[in-house]
Amino acid sequence: MIYLDNAATSWPKPEAVYQAMDNFMRHTGANPGRSAHQLSIEAGRIIYETRESLSMLFGIGDPMRIVFTSNATEALNVVIRGLLHPGDHVITSSMEHNSVMRPLRHMEKLGVEVTVVKCSSEGFLNPHDVEQAVGPHTRLVILNHASNVVGTLLPVAEVGQITRRRGVLLMIDAAQTMGCYPVDVEEMHIDLLAFSGHKGLYGPQGTGGLYIRKGIESSIEPLKYGGTGSRSEHEYQPDFLPDKYESGTPNTVGLAGLGAGVRFVLEQGVNEIQKREQVLTRSIIDGLKAIPGVTIYGDSDPRKRVAVVSFNISGLIPSEVAMQLEEYHQIMCRPGLHCSPIAHKTLGTFPQGTIRLSPGYFTSDDDIEGTLEAVRRIIATKARF
Amino acid sequence: METAEYSVVLFYSTSNALQAEKLFKKTGVAIKLIPVPRQLSSDCGICLRFDRPDEPSVKAILEKKQIEIQGIHPI
Ligand SMILES: Cc1ncc(COP(=O)(O)O)c(C=O)c1O
Repeated sequence: MIYLDNAATSWPKPEAVYQAMDNFMRHTGANPGRSAHQLSIEAGRIIYETRESLSMLFGIGDPMRIVFTSNATEALNVVIRGLLHPGDHVITSSMEHNSVMRPLRHMEKLGVEVTVVKCSSEGFLNPHDVEQAVGPHTRLVILNHASNVVGTLLPVAEVGQITRRRGVLLMIDAAQTMGCYPVDVEEMHIDLLAFSGHKGLYGPQGTGGLYIRKGIESSIEPLKYGGTGSRSEHEYQPDFLPDKYESGTPNTVGLAGLGAGVRFVLEQGVNEIQKREQVLTRSIIDGLKAIPGVTIYGDSDPRKRVAVVSFNISGLIPSEVAMQLEEYHQIMCRPGLHCSPIAHKTLGTFPQGTIRLSPGYFTSDDDIEGTLEAVRRIIATKARF
Repeated sequence: METAEYSVVLFYSTSNALQAEKLFKKTGVAIKLIPVPRQLSSDCGICLRFDRPDEPSVKAILEKKQIEIQGIHPI
């Protein structure tokens, strides 16, 4: 079996992730921060360690700037729904995932003005176009760091200079980059960043989070209110991080796994992971390019993208190709629109979509060769009909 | 051995208490996370106990790392 769906969620996970989760369930188990007994304190320590490891990965000094959520989608919703008010203007790109577009379209109905800046047919964004769209009421620019459809990287650092200069907040959807592409929130002038815990950070599903630059939390209402284990005698929500946005019992077993995943990334080094994934991406792109009848989308330079490759075979619909890849070759990938209709409109692949291959750090060279061979066979079989 | 004199640091949030615990373990100051003693009132259920004579170094470390505290009390 070959797993090439790491853009949806990474699998397998490093061994330490399974161990950390098993260990928590068997030997700690308690509710963190609620009681003061040793097991509860130990559960709290596990979460704190995960927060601290993430702060190292983000290049920030204060771990409390990281808020845990159940996925990147929730982190995006916290900001989009908690920061924007009727009359505000928000700018985004035409390469976004529905986890950005749907909450934005919802806010549009409530009176928020939304501008979608058009990207090129390879998925590139011109920072100048973002600057042109900034107006007197612009509150936020929200951008995908790398596309989950074609892997194209957006010019976050360049846009960060514009937003900082114009007094506009910058939020980044780093679901596809955290762990496999260097991110320095200070240097790139990122004010808010949403991440998935279950993709490039190797945690389990149901983990994710939000980085909030110091001071911005005073303008963002929480999505959820409730118990935090702190200020128990008060009936009002605490206003400090991370408690303001972390009501309710957390996913401690998940965060135990996420901590182990982040430490794995720190040990390997983001640059090493990136290098390996670029090699795999290059093999897929070069291999597919050499097959007649295959169209590849996005830029073909692996340095301008993350390890996500979308393609089509002429005369076959993506779901048919994916079905054959699975049925005859045991290759797991994802066909269709990948929750990003607007990105496919930009690429010219709407509504049929594409076949997406997303290798990960654990993908072998043989996996890639096997997949390329399978694509060749599918095309050869088609030709016989 | 229960003759030592202790004080505690109270925190606003559990995350801060756990951050401080880790910090002190690294610096070698003897501390222990304990439930907040009944006679004190705190926003967070746990606090850091230390030997009272260590108070100046405890304060200095917390200030240096800018960890917000609710107060320090003898127990
Ligand atoms: C670019 C992008 N944004 C957001 C998401 C949503 O992430 P999650 O499933 O963690 O909510 C994904 C993944 O599906 C993604 O690829």
